[in-house]
Amino acid sequence: MNVTIVDYQSGNISSVINSFTEVAKDKVNLEVTSDINKIKSSDKIVLPGQGSFKSCVDSLNNINGLVDTLKDFAITNKKPLLGICVGLQMFADIGYEDAETRGLGWVAGKVSKIDNQNGKFKLPHIGWNEINIQKESQIFKDIENKSHMYFVHSYEFVPKDKSVISATTDYSSKIVCAVEKDNLFGTQFHPEKSDKTGLKIIDNFLKL
Amino acid sequence: MLKNRIIPCLDVKNGRVVKGINFVELKDAGDPVEQAKIYSEGGADEICFLDITASNENRDTIIDIVRKTAKECFVPLTVGGGVRTIQNITDLLLAGADKVSINTAAVKNINFVKEASKKFGSQCIVVAIDAKKVSENKWEVFTHGGRNKTGIDAVEFAKQVETNGAGEILLTSMDRDGTKSGYDVELLKVITVSTNIPVIASGGVGTLDHLYDGIVKGGASAVLAASIFHYGEFKIKEAKEYLNSKNVSVRL
Repeated sequence: MNVTIVDYQSGNISSVINSFTEVAKDKVNLEVTSDINKIKSSDKIVLPGQGSFKSCVDSLNNINGLVDTLKDFAITNKKPLLGICVGLQMFADIGYEDAETRGLGWVAGKVSKIDNQNGKFKLPHIGWNEINIQKESQIFKDIENKSHMYFVHSYEFVPKDKSVISATTDYSSKIVCAVEKDNLFGTQFHPEKSDKTGLKIIDNFLKL
Repeated sequence: MLKNRIIPCLDVKNGRVVKGINFVELKDAGDPVEQAKIYSEGGADEICFLDITASNENRDTIIDIVRKTAKECFVPLTVGGGVRTIQNITDLLLAGADKVSINTAAVKNINFVKEASKKFGSQCIVVAIDAKKVSENKWEVFTHGGRNKTGIDAVEFAKQVETNGAGEILLTSMDRDGTKSGYDVELLKVITVSTNIPVIASGGVGTLDHLYDGIVKGGASAVLAASIFHYGEFKIKEAKEYLNSKNVSVRL
């Protein structure tokens, strides 16, 4: 099996590479690239994302043909794709970080700033928080409800269709922290930094 | 509910841990990679390396240590000490650090914090503030391990680093550091109330009650400690169980 971590020159993806390398060991052929042809011939894609919504979308758009290739892969051909953090947020139609920016439009919804209730809650939402699993998800196989995951973000994905939500977490409000829609998977938290339970989620994705 | 974090900090000099854990199961007590692994397996919520290497020629050793650690520890890794340029940050992040902590360079030039957070995202920029009490309810920023007075008010500076994009503040009381007499709770309180980003308490931990004070009385989101864990006085798990028994939410 060929799995590609999309390296589109946005933010620090070393931890994503390290954790997938650890889980994949000899079972999976792992590539880290933005090469369109390699992406096309992959069986699965991981779309990481750090920094702002706008900077990530801009970086994706800067690589000729990348957005269309990802769309063919995930939407037309319905092959498994996992978005992490801003990688998930970019599934949305629109984001409001830095400036109003169009997302990939794969899952209807918007990305807006977490309401910190007038400073009552610190932002970014940094640290370990429990996830409330909302529906059976293939990437949560053998993951207990209320498991701890590592978060670092100030913006949240608000999908229109609530049935795509696979997990939420409680902070200043109920925050969507995982979505699953057909072959599309996304986590707001960082499985690559979430110790053994995080690695299990990565393993589940690789075993799909 | 968001959990309060416990962060063990390892001082690394020329590639070796300075104050090492004295565990029998350790093959090499001075190896930072092995110690980080023990902490991570013991339930540390994050790991922090502070590079106290004095000379520039040995600075690459920390990059190598970060690279090895990041391949074995899957919890967040923060690296501080001597972070002065965008290239320093790039090197550390590429090696596998998740966050970098900036100290003197932020005091010298606040624009560096802005530039760094813009380039890498606030999530990986921690500003370390070393503060010393100068009069009643007044703390000043110090650099170079508490030797150099800057004349900058700690509270004003904390607000400034937030405005310039820092994602977190690592606040060390230079009065308490190494004393084991507890965090400077008054300092913590004034900084956590004046800012809206998470504050990590540091400097002075001697007992588990001090961790409790930092979180509950000081309002810190995370507590950093070195010697109580290094010398095996307490395991991370014991610290967490203690806090949990006093109704402080931690990841167990």
